[in-house]
Parts: sequence; structure tokens; C-alpha cells
Amino acid sequence: MTATIVPPVTTTEAAPVRRTARPIPTTRLVTVELRKMFTTRSGFWMLMSIGILTVIAAGSVLIFAPDSDVTYESFTRASGFPMSVILPMIAILAVTSEWSQRSGLTTFTLVPSRGRVIGAKAITTLLVGLGSVAVAFAVGALANVAGSALAGVDTVWDISLSMAPQLVLFNLIGMAIGFTLGVVLRNSAAAIVGYFVVSLVLPGILVLLAQVRPWFEDLQPWLDWNETQVALLEGAMDTGEKWAMLASTTMIWIVIPLVVGLLSLRRSEVK
Amino acid sequence: MITVESLTRRYAGFTAVDNVSFTALPGRVTGFLGPNGAGKSTTMRVMVGLTAPTSGSATIDGVRFADLPNPGLEVGVLLDASAQHAGRTGREILTIASDTMGLPRTRVDEMLELVSLTPTEAKRRVRNYSLGMRQRLGIATALLGDPRVLILDEPANGLDPAGIRWMRDLLTGFASQGGTVLLSSHLLHEIEVIADDLVVIGNGKIVASGTKEELLAAAGTLARSTSPRDLAHALEQAGVPSTLAGDGSVRTDADPARVGAVALTAGIALTELRSAEGAGLEDMFLSLTADTQREGVAA
Repeated sequence: MTATIVPPVTTTEAAPVRRTARPIPTTRLVTVELRKMFTTRSGFWMLMSIGILTVIAAGSVLIFAPDSDVTYESFTRASGFPMSVILPMIAILAVTSEWSQRSGLTTFTLVPSRGRVIGAKAITTLLVGLGSVAVAFAVGALANVAGSALAGVDTVWDISLSMAPQLVLFNLIGMAIGFTLGVVLRNSAAAIVGYFVVSLVLPGILVLLAQVRPWFEDLQPWLDWNETQVALLEGAMDTGEKWAMLASTTMIWIVIPLVVGLLSLRRSEVK
Repeated sequence: MITVESLTRRYAGFTAVDNVSFTALPGRVTGFLGPNGAGKSTTMRVMVGLTAPTSGSATIDGVRFADLPNPGLEVGVLLDASAQHAGRTGREILTIASDTMGLPRTRVDEMLELVSLTPTEAKRRVRNYSLGMRQRLGIATALLGDPRVLILDEPANGLDPAGIRWMRDLLTGFASQGGTVLLSSHLLHEIEVIADDLVVIGNGKIVASGTKEELLAAAGTLARSTSPRDLAHALEQAGVPSTLAGDGSVRTDADPARVGAVALTAGIALTELRSAEGAGLEDMFLSLTADTQREGVAA
């Protein structure tokens, strides 16, 4: 092929020299990950189902609950219930879809630092968790106002300032468990099954074990994360010991597996 | 420029890539060939940081891929067109990639147009895409950041004839503007038409590399004459072993100049004299990788 001689165009700007690419800022990664969470069909419907089920749950309290239960607490609890199931799923899929759907091939080529990608996913998960819980409180408040007006009773605002953060923490821990399972297993089906095992099957086994083996009885609440979850949900975290139990279960079920999972994830092959 | 130096990747029990070194130069299309499981894809995955090498290195313009600040703007990568979230639309996949690189959204439409995906197709979910459409989407993702280096694994796979020609023009155009293209393919004809340099890998080892002309010249000469028997005889007299093919052509391992000289001395008029291309690349490929072929093709 002959080379064509193009007279050099004299402009102030140099010819296409090597561009000085700037590193991708973390804020951008978070925005992109947030977008990725909801632009898949499954992600979209999970978000929609949170919205829809929250309203249905609050609505059913409005219709079926006796007047004495027309309180802010029961509405918020009801509207928050679907979330406690769906939010961990969102957290799981945020991580595992990169492997199960193999989109990680593109993601980790565009951003080779896998730790940063997972970090951005963690921030996104946290934001979605906080956002969803805020929605639960808001729907609960609206339903409470509407419900008390319909029932003709006084509006009862019975969620104390100490209870609200516990409800928030309850949902965030559920998401963190899901996220951890996602990082460790890196497979959507396995992580979802794993979540139901550790949240539904495992507590039963631990309780049973505590019943037949007396020495295990004192140990059980330090190992079983569901025990502290229940306390958080009830807003009953009133002693230092309970918070210490929460720290212990968080260490066992979230911190340690997450660190191990991250170390292996950074070295593993993306196929 | 892509530089691969003494790259080795071992798995428990076997070595997928064994001390591989080669360079892909700017302004040239480098074809990366090898039988199934020879280590092409593993080598390419190591290049882009998806697989960690056991030893050795792969660099892009002297920098490790993982150390590039915004790799999408420098290297366009297509390793597997099917590796996309099936529940996303084509447009969404491009939007996400373009957002990650920090490009304006207009770039998405430009790319969709470039790879001839219509707006309606771009709105469909990738689940419903044909392989060819996924391939086009993958090429669009690779070109999005206007990179200077392209690493493409089997990009012509699943493309229709018009798509293959389009791709060929695109890659030669890219290289003629000074870009570096590394492309693997099983479609030997494609590689033969498009590649300037070749790297052949078998069982994880480089079995041949060099310019296409060099490698194909090594594959010998094809000559035709009105009396092929006389030509074959003359070559034999001159000590050049040759074979007389059924179609009346004479093939030999000697270079064309030698064959021409022999014919001249013998007073035989040649009607055709050239490097044995055409089937050349296929023959070369099969003979070079004979030991590593599953089917045990005779060299």
C-alpha cells in the first residue's frame, strides 16, 4: 500500500499523540455500578418488587389489622418485611452476576483493579440499602397517617430514635451477609441457596444443638447471627453484651469470610 | 505495541502457555493461530490481566495492562462476545462501558452505527441476539474508547460474509493508521487475507512467528508450465525435489527464483510461478502444528 502524503496541518494542538489518560475516579465506578444493578431484567424487577410489595404490605395492615395496631411501628415493620428478603438478593446478584453472567470479562478489563470494583459494589449496596429502608419508613409514615385517619384513631408515632437505627442495621447486615456470600461463592445460584441455608437452616441446627448440648447453649448466641438479627428487628439491643454478640457474629459471618473471599477473588481467573 | 516476554501459565498438572514470547507491532495486523486448546485465549487473557501469569510478562507499550489508568481508552478488547449479561440491552451494555471510561453518551450511537446495529436491535436484550450480533456489539465495545491497540479473540466468528468483509476493512484501516491489532482466528483464509505478521502456537509453545511472506515462502513454490512433466524432470535434474500435482501444477520447497532459473536453463516456458499461497497457510498451519493436532493430521 502506498503512503499518502498529507501536508501537516498546523494547528495549536499536536497530532494525535498519546493521550494522558486519567485514572477512573471511584465516584464514577459507584455511579456505573448503581446503574448496572437496575438495568438488567432481574435487577429491574427486584427493585420494582420492593416498591410494589412495600405498598401491598402496608396496605394489608391498613385493611386487616385491628385499630390497636394502627401504629407507625406496625406499618413500617410490614412495609420493611419484603425488603429483608429482597435486599440480600440484590446484594448477592450485584457481585455474582459478573461471574454467572460473565459480564466480569468486560468489567475487569475496563477496570483491572478488582478490589476497586468490589469496593464500588459495596458502596452501591450500602446506598441501595439505606435508600430502601428510607422508603420503608416513608411508606410506613404515609400509611400511618392514612390508616389512623381511616380508622378514626389517633396517629401513633411509636418508633423511638434508638429503634430506627436498629431497623436500618438489621437490613444492612442482611445485605452484608448476601454480599459476603456473593464474594465467596461467585455464583448466583450457589450464593442464593447459601443465603437461605445460613438464614433459615443454620439457626435451627444451632438452636437444636444448644438444646441437646448444654455447654453449647451459652455459645450459641455468639455464633448465630440470626439471634442478633431478631434482637435488632425488635429494637431490643439494649445491653452491651448483645452488641458484643453482634460484633462476634459479624466477625464470623461477614468480616473473616469477606477478607478470605476478596483475597481469592483478586487472584482468581475471570473466564 | 504488544510485547509478550517468556510468558508461562501453569495449571495443576499442565502448562497452558509455555515460555511464549512475541511482539505485535504498531501499523500491522498480527494473526495469532493455533489449534483448539493451544493456549491462544489463555495468552490473551493474561495480556489483559484477567489471568495472572505464572511467570513472564505481557505489556502494552511497555506498561502492564493492569497498570493502565483507564485501559478502555488505550486497548480495545474482545475476548468472548457471549460474555455479557443476557438481561441487558445492547445499548445499555455500551452505555455502561462508555460511562466507565468517562466518554460522552454520543459515542454509544456512533458505535452502534459503526457496527450496523439498528436502534431497534440495540433496544433488545442480548439474550435474543444472534452470535453475529453479539460479535458486532463486542467489537463496538472494543472500539468505544478509540484505542490504539486491539486484542480480538475470534472476532469473525458468527459474522455473515458482508460482516467479515467489513471487519477486514475495519482492521486493515485501523492498522494503516498506526494501530496495533492482535487477532486470533481459526478462519485461516481470513487471517491470510488480513494479517501482516503471524504467530503460530501449538501446545502452549510458539512454533513459528514472522511476517506472513517469510512464513509462507517457507511453504514453497508453485509453478505451472505447458509441459509440467518436463518441468518436474528439469527440477529433478537440477537436484530440486518436486511433486507433480493432479491439477498439472508443480510444487516444490525451493524458492520461486530457483525454480525460475531452472526453467530458464531447461528452456521451459512457465505459465505461472509463485509462492505456494492459497492452500499455503493451511498447509503451513497443519504441518507446524501436526504434533499438537487432535486429529493427528499427517504433516
